[in-house]
Amino acid sequence: MATAAVPEVTTMHTLPGDAIRQIQWRFADRFDLQMLVQSARTVARTTVARMVAAGERNTHEWTPAKAEMMEAFDRAGITAAFMEPEEGGFITGPKNLALSLAAFELAWVDGGAATGSLASFLALAPIHECGTAEQVKHYKTLAAPPQAGEDRKPWRGAFALTEPLPYVGVDTGILSGKLRIVEWRDGSEPLLQVDKRGRFITNIAFANFVTAAVISDDPRIKGSCVVILEEGDEGIFDRGTATKKLVHQLSSTGDPIFNLKVPASRIVGGYTVVDGVIVPNFNHGEVIEAVFRRTRVTVGLMTAAKLLSAVEPVIRYQRERFHGAAGVKPGTMRYDLGIQQREDALHRLVDVWATGEAAASLGFAAARIFDDLEPLEKHKNALMKQLGVSGKRAVLKALQESEQRAISLLGMAPNDPRREELAVDPMVDFVLKDAVADVLCPATKLWNTGVGANQMREAVSLMGGYGITEDCPGFLANKWMDAQLEATYEGPEAVQRRQLTITMTREVFLAQFRIWIAEMRKVAGDYPGTGACTLASAMEMWQWTLVHLQNATDPVGNKLYHGQRQGVTFALADALCWLLASRCQILDVMELQARGGDDAVAAEGLAGTVQFLSDLAHVQAARAAGEVSRISAELVFGYNLHPAWDTEGCSHCFTTQELEALEETMPGITAFAIDVVGADGSHPLKAGPCAGCGGSSDFQRMQNKLCTCLSGCRLAKDRAADTLSKVMIPEALDYPA
Amino acid sequence: MAQALQLVVCAGIVPDPLQTLEPVTGPNGPGLKNEMVLPAVLDPWAACALYEAAQLVAKNPGSKLWLVSLGPKAKLQQVMMTVGQKAVFELIPIDGPIGGFPDAHSTAAALAEAIAALPGFDRERLLLFGGWESATRGAGVTLQLVGERLGITDQFQGVDQITLREDGSFEVLERVEGGRHQVSVCAGTPAVLGWATGNLAEPRNNPQTGMANMRGIMPALQKAKTVALDGNGLRYVSVSLPKQQRETRVEKNMTADEIARELVEWIGAE
Ligand SMILES: Cc1cc2nc3c(=O)[nH]c(=O)nc-3n(C[C@H](O)[C@H](O)[C@H](O)COP(=O)(O)OP(=O)(O)OC[C@H]3O[C@@H](n4cnc5c(N)ncnc54)[C@H](O)[C@@H]3O)c2cc1C
Repeated sequence: MATAAVPEVTTMHTLPGDAIRQIQWRFADRFDLQMLVQSARTVARTTVARMVAAGERNTHEWTPAKAEMMEAFDRAGITAAFMEPEEGGFITGPKNLALSLAAFELAWVDGGAATGSLASFLALAPIHECGTAEQVKHYKTLAAPPQAGEDRKPWRGAFALTEPLPYVGVDTGILSGKLRIVEWRDGSEPLLQVDKRGRFITNIAFANFVTAAVISDDPRIKGSCVVILEEGDEGIFDRGTATKKLVHQLSSTGDPIFNLKVPASRIVGGYTVVDGVIVPNFNHGEVIEAVFRRTRVTVGLMTAAKLLSAVEPVIRYQRERFHGAAGVKPGTMRYDLGIQQREDALHRLVDVWATGEAAASLGFAAARIFDDLEPLEKHKNALMKQLGVSGKRAVLKALQESEQRAISLLGMAPNDPRREELAVDPMVDFVLKDAVADVLCPATKLWNTGVGANQMREAVSLMGGYGITEDCPGFLANKWMDAQLEATYEGPEAVQRRQLTITMTREVFLAQFRIWIAEMRKVAGDYPGTGACTLASAMEMWQWTLVHLQNATDPVGNKLYHGQRQGVTFALADALCWLLASRCQILDVMELQARGGDDAVAAEGLAGTVQFLSDLAHVQAARAAGEVSRISAELVFGYNLHPAWDTEGCSHCFTTQELEALEETMPGITAFAIDVVGADGSHPLKAGPCAGCGGSSDFQRMQNKLCTCLSGCRLAKDRAADTLSKVMIPEALDYPA
Repeated sequence: MAQALQLVVCAGIVPDPLQTLEPVTGPNGPGLKNEMVLPAVLDPWAACALYEAAQLVAKNPGSKLWLVSLGPKAKLQQVMMTVGQKAVFELIPIDGPIGGFPDAHSTAAALAEAIAALPGFDRERLLLFGGWESATRGAGVTLQLVGERLGITDQFQGVDQITLREDGSFEVLERVEGGRHQVSVCAGTPAVLGWATGNLAEPRNNPQTGMANMRGIMPALQKAKTVALDGNGLRYVSVSLPKQQRETRVEKNMTADEIARELVEWIGAE
């Protein structure tokens, strides 16, 4: 048989370096961020790595070495990355991408180190997002590292939302932390009594201040709020015992108890007095929503870093596996390739790497969109204030018109004269980006950590027995377990799926999603080989399934797509995340392809690097398509009753007599008939007559198409595997193990 | 007494020492496999010179520090993201070829020309620093040649320390055999100092310093002059990595003290 001519391809020569990553993750023109990356990397691969190697994770207690690590973060500028220049920082403008990059670098070595660096930002975030101008200035200045010539220790914070069982966890509404008025003299600031217990509170061993969620226990205070507590406040500031956690041991976690008297000015965002009642300007729900919206992205990126960090140690282990054995001489396949002679070992590493790429691309895309959103959000807030619109519902209502304008913009022909006006409307821009951010953030947190944790297990297993020891280069076993915490804290997977259930069905998002399908087809047309076409087909299937489920009911007539029906909504959210991650990965490859040539370093061997990263994207798109196909099929068909061997179920079956009669006019038909019922009611041994395909032909058409769209994906995997066996890696890992 | 010095540090960039270095021969002669893509660092000995120079500047108000570096400017830019955070300096980049194989005379000529053209350059106040050798092929002569071209004949190599004196003279410690230092006193600037490791730890990264430096570094990189280095007929017959020497002996019955004693004897015998 003739074989098709397989085109020659160039391969990647070295692991992708900074020049490549800066282009892919879009900070090639941001020197502040490039420096932060170098700075965070140095601390991670020296101070932090040495601590992990020396067994500092083996204690739950807060130790001098762990405290020293926090100071190393200060000195390296990581702490200041959250601040404005006038507050002691060095980065101007939004900082989501900056913090994400710093966390990525730290988590490359140790997740707990990253968490420790982020927890103070988490504590400051309620103040940053919702605080009054005085609160922002006061606490951010205190938290900034000392400037040259200053002699002070920066304040560190903790964020206390979670409470001991049976209170706050996934459900943040059931608060037991209480707030009462103890003293309110005429014309002066009321004094409040705060009673709060925390569970699993990060940074608590040394926090100087705590932002705590509490609910009113006093008719003169309305609702809930977040309040700032300081260690010097009158009353009990008990840090509690250290949590005996098996992960992220370089960060401090504990169950504190607070019973403190504080002035009402500590209510985050201030308050208004209405008819003798203190009405906090932000309830705790609003504050935490504003906070987690951004901070969850960084957590997702921590898991992405782990996956990518696993690549080099695994390659080295595989290649050097048989060095030193009698009879295994340099130059032999066994010596040079070691375990990399085996296809499965390479293919599984391709999967780990591809997941890491997709996770990083998704996470950084999310971080960037929050950076883009920040000025637009300020504009929106100013406009709402100007219009006198306040309160979540009223704001949502006011935004509806902008949403309609945004949706109509997306549907307009390129030459539509109304386009120009809508395209420059910042409110239109805001609602579009806001809708995407509301999906990308939970998607990053959910997919990166959940799928990432599973893939870390694969990485661990590629190191054999070493994988699950403390001696494993790259600390892979720690990273596997750490990923599970990343899936849990700042809102476990259920929280993210719940959010996606709502945000992914918003029309402003779906209208953009439809455009993304066309965008992927275009990418595929311009640059075949990234899996973009496969992905577009899978996106179509997801979209079809959503609409189907939104309209379909189960056999007893209950709606399928419904907030309470997590079996449907959560599964569909999972499927979407695979698509989003894959799309972002493909777009990052395209960015590199388009801009890599402008940078002399990235340009060197660019074709090979783009080829390899395209192959990884292709592998990932195929896996995403598989997941979407599997989940969608289960949801589309899984809520139909399977026919039984009863009267109704058999109504489409042949009887033996019918077949015999038909055989005379259509010889051979008996061979094709499957569900045949005998005169005595006997039938083939199976669950029932095969389920019909009524109404599902569209889905099956799509699924058929999707199957054929997978053409080439395994060839891409083979190519990527081949590169893994040839790519040059450094002589040794650049951090101790 | 503080003196207002002019400090120029010549430092190239080299592949990160952890990378796999594999000599290959390309159309332009020898080089390292994938060198352009390998992560690079400031040449380690020259980096020590930079940190020593930065400390002298800090101690001598009114002094000025330039870092003159010849290499591909895109790679220089990447290296500056780290080095730019460690000391305050003005970068004078010269966009040129990568690697340790260009002719040292041509390299020295380009460096000397750039130094002589520094705005406000005062040769009489100059301390020219660099590494006593390089982590690339290490011709070991570039810095001397730069000095010669600038007419500076007071030259010191393998320097670990400089102590400035009130009268403008300074004391220099140069490495000699047997782990000893030769002490010299030089009457005053100008002088060339090729540094060994010096005594300073690598300064920490400080993004704030980096941001301040970048204001000058980025425009300088954009305007960097491109040079093509003349081969001067230089031809390499063969290139190979230094052989790794590994003398492993498995000892099961010696105590730690005995092993230590033997190691000391072995080191002493070297
Ligand atoms: C190391 C560490 C550090 C932490 N740091 C902090 C911190 O600094 N500040 C802070 O406030 N908190 C912190 N936490 C707490 C963390 O955010 C909570 O543990 C997390 O939100 C989950 O709450 P829970 O443990 O009560 O789980 P639960 O609420 O009991 O949930 C357990 C599981 O039940 C299921 N589930 C629960 N509710 C639903 C639902 N509505 N729908 C579907 N399934 C559901 C899910 O599978 C969920 O994972 C930290 C936790 C750890 C382990």
